Amino acid sequence: MDELQELYREVILDHNRQPRNFGELAGADRVVEGTNPLCGDKITLYVKLDDGTVADVAFKGTGCAISVASSSLMTERVKGLRVDEALALFDKVHAMLTAAGEEAPAEDLDKLAALAGVREYPSRVKCASLAWHALKTALTGGETRVSTE
Amino acid sequence: MSELARQPAADAPITDIPSLRRDFDVLEQTIHGKPLAYLDNAASGQCPRSVIEAVTRQQRLNHANVHRGVHALSERSTAAYEGTRAKVRKFINSASTDEIVFTRGTTESINLVASSLGRQILEPGDEILISWMEHHSNIVPWQLIAERTGAKVVAAPITDAGEIDRKAFRKLLGERTKIVALTHVSNALGTINPVAELIAEAHAVGALVLIDGAQAVPHMRVDVQALGCDFYAFSGHKMFAPTGTGVLYGKRTLLERMPPYQGGGEMILTVSFEHTTYNALPYKFEAGTPNITGVIGLGATIDYLERIDFGALAAHENDLLQYATERLLAFDGIELIGTAPHRASVLSFVLEGIHAHDLGTIVDREGVAIRTGHHCAMPVMDRFGVPATARASFAFYNNRADVDRLLIGLQRAVEVFRG
Repeated sequence: MDELQELYREVILDHNRQPRNFGELAGADRVVEGTNPLCGDKITLYVKLDDGTVADVAFKGTGCAISVASSSLMTERVKGLRVDEALALFDKVHAMLTAAGEEAPAEDLDKLAALAGVREYPSRVKCASLAWHALKTALTGGETRVSTE
Repeated sequence: MSELARQPAADAPITDIPSLRRDFDVLEQTIHGKPLAYLDNAASGQCPRSVIEAVTRQQRLNHANVHRGVHALSERSTAAYEGTRAKVRKFINSASTDEIVFTRGTTESINLVASSLGRQILEPGDEILISWMEHHSNIVPWQLIAERTGAKVVAAPITDAGEIDRKAFRKLLGERTKIVALTHVSNALGTINPVAELIAEAHAVGALVLIDGAQAVPHMRVDVQALGCDFYAFSGHKMFAPTGTGVLYGKRTLLERMPPYQGGGEMILTVSFEHTTYNALPYKFEAGTPNITGVIGLGATIDYLERIDFGALAAHENDLLQYATERLLAFDGIELIGTAPHRASVLSFVLEGIHAHDLGTIVDREGVAIRTGHHCAMPVMDRFGVPATARASFAFYNNRADVDRLLIGLQRAVEVFRG
């Protein structure tokens, strides 16, 4: 696999072409806008909570393949997780995206490990992490806007 | 080609534009194993060897503060710094070196005018007229001063081709228009605006006019007196000088009246706790120790540019623009953003199904440097309904092979995305 294919793995391209959980979510408890001023990525994340669990989640917006795929993969993965589990997942993904060197992503990340390719592209780490920062903001309350800057 | 062949006579302007490429060491490298095609000139230009040597020489042998010491190094530095002011005056044909203020760049030049002139003349209800194709640095400084003075920023719309809508512009001009601030060449679209005509129209209603020349000076000779503008702002680094250098040209009568922008050393005549008097032009606007080395580099850049026949340079860049336009239009799924007939060598485009940011990463792997994103011109992106574009911008040292490399990169992007 060459370096570009390492970044744009099939799972990334697939989620970019057909993002899952794409669109507004009626009755969302939390709505967070995320922007990446560098490249103009913009997403809105909708989260419906039920008794400490992410009952439903969706997103809409525009962005590069990395940010759309990361958002899509994130929504697919966190649906049904308890808030504390989702926040623990944020930490793991964040560590994976920003890890120096070649350490392997945590095993239980499964499909999300496909995002590890951005580590070789410092300017693209923000694209991959945007949705995750929006998630953390949505789950910890407070702000309704988040920016990667 | 030998040095002699390049310079048939000591003072004959250089017309062999492709030969100039070898003055740029930076272009002779490979990136990810591929020859570099540097097509991000609208963001920043490269310095020719002679400029880098001038900067090095200044730091190695001549560095001292300017306008202060009576010792040899300070005198040398002052002579070179002020020598650059004289070169800039001649380069843009201003009437006097008093009208040439050194700044950190176009952004600071515009902020200086917005802050100093704006504070002086703007009143509630007054209008500052800009256009939809302005760079953020020719929008936000005006918004800031409008907020402080109660004035209003009004933007003239642009057409589908990316030109200022002349009829709408004329309609927006009125007795409330106090300042008109327009770009000479659009950084996102490449459009060359008919600024001389726009300036005359603005003057007819009594407005003062600032022209943002950041994208113009690398491509064409600018004559501020012929244009008739009141202020002209540009950056050194976009015209192949070091970063952190810029120029504000202002008509002497206006600069004389305007209050200082920043306070500090250099800009004063006398200071006491009761009363401070300000220095003469242009020093009134140059508080603190300036970017001495950078400005001296700018002087070396002007020396370099003055040797070039700008007619030949324009013809070469136009050839690149035409060639790149044809190749891009022949590429399946490409749409050009900005199709004004009168354009500098800047091409903004989108490729169907692939976000500009992904294009940027993929063509970089082919050694091609382009800019992707909103180009600090979000209103332009909104106007054309795109979140971002890819932008290839050419300088005189680019060639058709650079365009070919860009196309190879785009083909690679299609392969990665569509398999």
